Amino acid sequence: MNFSNFLLMRHEILLLTITLLLLIGEIFINKNKKSSLVHLAIFLFGIHTAIGFFAIDECSIFGGSFQTNNLIHLFKNVLNIGVFTLLLQSADWIQEKIVNQNRGTEFFILLFTSLLGMYFMISAGDFLMFYIGLELSTLPVAALASYETLKRKSSEAGIKLILSAALASGVSLFGISLLYATSGSIFFHNIIEVITSTNLTILGFILFFAGLSFKISLVPFHFWTADVYEGAPISVASYLSVISKGAAAFILMVLMFTIFKPLIHTWENIVYIVALATMFIGNLFALRQQNMKRFLAFSSIAQAGFILLGLITGTQLGTATVVYFILIYIFSNLAAFGVVQAISLKTGKENMDDYNGLYRTNPNLSLVMMLALFSLAGIPPVAGFFGKFFLFTAAASKGYYLLVFLAVVNVTISLYYYLLVVRAMFIRKNDHPIPFFKNKLYMRLGLLITVIGILVLGLYSPLYDYIYELSSIYN
Amino acid sequence: MDILSLFVIVPVLTIIALLFTKGLKQARLVSMVGSIFQLGMAINLVIAYFKERAINDSIMVFTKDFVWFEQFNIHYSIGVDGISVALIVLTTIVVLAGVFISWKMADLPKEFFISLLVLSTGVYGFFISIDLFTMFLFYEIAVIPMYLLIGIWGSGPKEYSAMKLTLMLMGASAVLMVGIFGIYFNSNADGGALTFNILEIAQVNIPFEAQKLFFPLTFIGFAVLGALFPFHTWSPDGHASAPTAVSMLHAGVLMKLGGYGVFRVAMFLLPEGTIHWSWFFIILAAIGVVYGAFGAIKQTDLKYINAYASVSHLGLVLFALLTLNKIAWNGAILQSLSHGLLTAMFFALIGMVYGRTHTRDIHKLGGLMKIVPFIGAIYVITGMAYLGLPGFSGFVAEMNIFVGAFQNPDMFQRVLTVLAVSSIVVTAVYILRLVGKIMMGPLVNEDFKNLPKVTWYEKTGILLLLIPIVGMGVAPLWLSDMIMASLDPFIKGVL
Repeated sequence: MNFSNFLLMRHEILLLTITLLLLIGEIFINKNKKSSLVHLAIFLFGIHTAIGFFAIDECSIFGGSFQTNNLIHLFKNVLNIGVFTLLLQSADWIQEKIVNQNRGTEFFILLFTSLLGMYFMISAGDFLMFYIGLELSTLPVAALASYETLKRKSSEAGIKLILSAALASGVSLFGISLLYATSGSIFFHNIIEVITSTNLTILGFILFFAGLSFKISLVPFHFWTADVYEGAPISVASYLSVISKGAAAFILMVLMFTIFKPLIHTWENIVYIVALATMFIGNLFALRQQNMKRFLAFSSIAQAGFILLGLITGTQLGTATVVYFILIYIFSNLAAFGVVQAISLKTGKENMDDYNGLYRTNPNLSLVMMLALFSLAGIPPVAGFFGKFFLFTAAASKGYYLLVFLAVVNVTISLYYYLLVVRAMFIRKNDHPIPFFKNKLYMRLGLLITVIGILVLGLYSPLYDYIYELSSIYN
Repeated sequence: MDILSLFVIVPVLTIIALLFTKGLKQARLVSMVGSIFQLGMAINLVIAYFKERAINDSIMVFTKDFVWFEQFNIHYSIGVDGISVALIVLTTIVVLAGVFISWKMADLPKEFFISLLVLSTGVYGFFISIDLFTMFLFYEIAVIPMYLLIGIWGSGPKEYSAMKLTLMLMGASAVLMVGIFGIYFNSNADGGALTFNILEIAQVNIPFEAQKLFFPLTFIGFAVLGALFPFHTWSPDGHASAPTAVSMLHAGVLMKLGGYGVFRVAMFLLPEGTIHWSWFFIILAAIGVVYGAFGAIKQTDLKYINAYASVSHLGLVLFALLTLNKIAWNGAILQSLSHGLLTAMFFALIGMVYGRTHTRDIHKLGGLMKIVPFIGAIYVITGMAYLGLPGFSGFVAEMNIFVGAFQNPDMFQRVLTVLAVSSIVVTAVYILRLVGKIMMGPLVNEDFKNLPKVTWYEKTGILLLLIPIVGMGVAPLWLSDMIMASLDPFIKGVL
């Protein structure tokens, strides 16, 4: 065992170090200055994010149970930027509501542990590592979801999340055990060699897919989503819908394009149906939501349906468009959740009606929200348009014209409810609008990053080319 | 900097400048300067185009090509022919007139002018694109500001109208997207690489089965914007609720994107599909022509009258395109230009009337000629031009369309042509009745005696539109020649 191998796990080790540093740091921080913990956490995580950008070698260590390559490396960096932005956006909330209850450190520890789990999950080289990562990424989030202990809905969210997550991981585990039974190995590279399309492997795949569908909240495994998002603190809902969903979609894609590739004629049909159901149910249920968190929950279900359009192809084009779309989706959704968070923190208002007349009092927040919603809806020239267009191109490249047609019908439906929010902010008048307020530095920074992402990611084409190049690894 | 990209860059720079303005005065000044600059660029473009055309006989001139997304073979690829030059000039005129007409926009002026310029950026980008991807991108950029423009500054049931318009147009663009994918993935039918470039795809023989499947999608995707019956319903509501300048830009320019797209993409790239499907869509277009005209008779709101008239006149554009005849096509382009100017003029005048009398109901208006003779006189002139009086632009366009349409000896098409021609009579009915009622008739409301005078900025806006209307009517040949010369490569495919 060579110790330089550990350097290849730089992301994981650094994150673990940060978590421990925060734990120690809390001891030394003056009781009256507890809020400086937040600065420390953001500072440390910022360094971690920056270091992540240094190039890394492709490798497979620990007998193949941990592997990494440039695409995985890129994706970890994307997750880091997402979490960093999320930290900036929730800094005020933590300072005002959490730190004085002496629960600040735990928040960061739980959050970072969950992220660590995702690193392991997407870097897994066998099903054991994968499963550990999956659990490690889910359990802390359940604790985070019930972080606002004084609210009943928050506790309810925690319980709901942990019960459905437990069920989901049980189902996946059953699927994994069937795969083990047919192939005799839990290592991905062994399974790829022996897997064939038999009834047992197909059943194993379906169970595995169902388990991961819980995390991505694909229909019909989406029931927990809206309730958990509504009850959980906004930062946690944002984390669930952005980081957690992105990572799960990524690993699902990787596994489907590698070890389940021989079953493509089976899973094509499954993905087709699930994609349609997810888009339609997500969009139709979003139409009548009043609470912004529930609204974004259903919108993010629908977005997951769009991701499946790239997944169905099983090609390099599919990989590239899915990663690109997730990247854009992370920024767009973070921006939307950021605005909801800023308003909720200052005024406690979370309903769409409360946003009436927002533009006239808080023009900047409204513009950020509008950009985010346009990006989610896929309106040019913001990034979402490119993400969606390319995803649909990927699906059309395999001849799924009907699916693309139904997907664009869904884009139109989704445009309706995104415009409802725009209507509230820009067109509707309000006798008691949300008064003008100035956000603190962290929040402004957090929103700025997302806006830059939304504006630049689409128009800057070398990024897509880079992702496309890296995607060749799975084909 | 090349002469065409400036049409995208200048509006964008104007928008950035607008971000730093405060209040109405600065905002309108900046928009006016930007729009005047664009008009100058357009005039320069026409001169440059004639010079270039004399030495260059390729389909598109001033072409530039930059690779954008290499993997999809998406390029930022631009170029113009006589048709797009004419439509760009139309756009600059209407935008500038729109800025003048909105001189007193009190509510959120900065945002208003920004949205207006975003819309015009989309329109310019659309007209100069020869890459399907960028074309589609600019198409959507042009549509989405309409939601805010109607929703915030509109009147009446503005929320409903804005949502209806946006969803119908975006739904159409969704259909169009599938059509574009169909074209894109068949663009390698002759063994080349997949491409979005219109000129390259035109060289490819796309299989007939694919053309049959994707022509209706592409056609409907664009034609909804051109108010194809029965997908026209967004247009009357949208026009009626929109503020004056937006109605002008929308009916005058944005709806032309539909006819242009049908011509440039659907018919040019899918000629066999066009021939296969033209009988069906020409029926719809003919119904639209007649239906729009009768609809206009029935309305009492000035804006609704004009909106239905637009459905009728733009139906004529689609009708002419579908006759697959060169003279009729020339008429279609001329009709696009003529209708763009005339309908913008009508909406400007309606805005001026409404701004003074605060009503658009024809029963509550009357005798305005004596009080505001400027508006009255121009209204009469525009009305005459609209119903096709020789000497104005409308006559030239409709003459070409009907002469061309009648050249086809096919009985089916002749019957439809007769049907469409009958709309001229109906147009005369609603225009003359309208002029007689609100301009010439007795004064119905004593309060109207003190209506404010027409201001300089209103007059400027009106004159900007009037000059080309008369110009096109008096000297149509140079324009017609410019268009005719550009039609040849397109007509080859469908003959």
